[in-house]
Amino acid sequence: MASNNGIVVFIEQRSGQLRKSSLEALSEARKQAPKGQVPVVAVVIGENVKDLVPEVHKTKPDKIVLVDNAQYKNYSTESYAFALAEIIKKENPAYVFAANTAMAKDLMPRIAARLDSPLASDVVEIKGSNGKLTAVRPMYSGKVRAEVEFDSPLAFLTLRPNIFPIVEAGNGVQPQIEELSITTDKVRAKVIDTHAAEGQKIELSEASIVVSGGRGIKGPENWNVLQSLCDVLGAALGASRAVVDAGWIDHQHQVGQTGKTVSPQLYIACGISGAIQHLAGMSSSKVIVAINKDADAPIFKHATYGLVGDVFEIVPKLTEELKKLNLHN
Amino acid sequence: MIKEFDQKLDLVKQQNIIETLKDLQAFLGDTPLKIAVCIKAVPDTETKIQIAQDKKNIDFTGVRFIVSPYDEFAIEEALKLKEKHGGETTVISVGEGEATDILRDALARGIDSAVHVNDPDFASLDPLSTAKVLAAVIKDNGYDLVLCGQQGVGGDNNQVPAMLAELLDWPQVMLTVKAEIENSSFKVEREIEGAHETVEGSLPCVFSTQKGLNEPRYPSIKGVMAARKKEIVIKDANALGLKGQVSGQLAKLKVKEIALPPSRPQGRVLEGDVDSQVKKLVELLRTEAQVI
Repeated sequence: MASNNGIVVFIEQRSGQLRKSSLEALSEARKQAPKGQVPVVAVVIGENVKDLVPEVHKTKPDKIVLVDNAQYKNYSTESYAFALAEIIKKENPAYVFAANTAMAKDLMPRIAARLDSPLASDVVEIKGSNGKLTAVRPMYSGKVRAEVEFDSPLAFLTLRPNIFPIVEAGNGVQPQIEELSITTDKVRAKVIDTHAAEGQKIELSEASIVVSGGRGIKGPENWNVLQSLCDVLGAALGASRAVVDAGWIDHQHQVGQTGKTVSPQLYIACGISGAIQHLAGMSSSKVIVAINKDADAPIFKHATYGLVGDVFEIVPKLTEELKKLNLHN
Repeated sequence: MIKEFDQKLDLVKQQNIIETLKDLQAFLGDTPLKIAVCIKAVPDTETKIQIAQDKKNIDFTGVRFIVSPYDEFAIEEALKLKEKHGGETTVISVGEGEATDILRDALARGIDSAVHVNDPDFASLDPLSTAKVLAAVIKDNGYDLVLCGQQGVGGDNNQVPAMLAELLDWPQVMLTVKAEIENSSFKVEREIEGAHETVEGSLPCVFSTQKGLNEPRYPSIKGVMAARKKEIVIKDANALGLKGQVSGQLAKLKVKEIALPPSRPQGRVLEGDVDSQVKKLVELLRTEAQVI
């Protein structure tokens, strides 16, 4: 990168829990801005967020900016947008990175508009050439990949979770820590309550393994068959649109268009035929396993490993076989 | 015959009275809402995508356009809010000819009026430019609420609603799955990872809509007939005061090139009975794929 202004990375936390995909974004920033050339600044906003410094430091930013104030205990668009926009103006970076999460989808477009700058969202690859970054992002539900460029001194990128590896750098100097006191009175939409959604133990979009069910599981009473497989693998439970629309499971679980996009290491599709809308949400998974009794199901064209047969015979056997491996211990 | 006529006339009068009462109730008990709904025409999600020759876009030849699926939740929510609170609803779309059908469809579902922003300058806008165009349509027109689908399917940018809120200097609630409005205050639930957040505030506000918010209705025959009589107002860059300020050319986010994704390596179907399939799979996942 020719620009000397570096990269600001927004590090997301909720209730003191750092989001893993933020460290992925930070690692990618470090990769695009090698140490000593251009600065990488990690920004953490919240209450009592100092405890997160050691974890952020592992990926070796040059500086960590903390905004630690009771006002930021709960996320709100307006307070966080105000704080982050102020830091961006102060740091004057060429790029701002964040993980593409629900928070980023809310926050980043707002700040990009405030600073009259472009945003490339859901980026899956970043290319650097002639001192400028371009971003590759899926469009048309993953049916094409667009390389986008920025005609602007400042640009925002949100990175799809689970795509960019976390790289923990070796020993190095301690990063500079800067604590800023930024507050705003202008918060018109306030978060008054957060309550966990039912049923999902592991968040789909960040899970490294996803087990999904479709019509082939025959009815909502059979989720336990897939849940057992999830438990043994430490996987999140996903679902096709058909079964969400049929009311067999909550929309939180839906993978694909009008649902979530996932990029796990391993995606196991059970009784899912593989409609284009479903493929849109999972085709960037590293390994896809398809289990379906219909050998002609389109899902097999996309599967790394296909098993033609009855979900209710295969999944319990697979669960048993995996149990023997004691994956959690 | 005269008696029958009188009965029918009474019925008409009664219905009018009910409408008037509804209006009065809205006026006295609750604040009627002026709602804008921003919608986008997108290629049918079943479309087989071909890359255009310039490699900057897809080939739109023969492509059928639909309203972006998330926008249907926005239209439905506007109709429901109007039914409850009274007021008026306007649907807005930026696009060329393809926008006409989706605007007409929204009118058929019961939206009161439509604005079609159509200007050759506005081809290939980036999300920020689109938000600027929508803000110019909405600003200073007395709207209480703007509803947008959370993303336009196809571009999949997920940016315009929040950018629009910023440009209007309004609060925002993105990924809304439940919305309640009372006397200019809102209480809304939004979806975040593994949880729902409840957000409160005062109108005006921009909500982006997510699946789960409601069940969109289909247009009725009566609605389709009524929509034919409703006018679609056309606006261009000049009318919005944006000539030379916003255009595809001036957009800061530009597509350099689009390509088909790299094809996945050829997979394989495991042979044998269930036991040997399962054993083989576990072995492959550990040794070849190394994902467990």
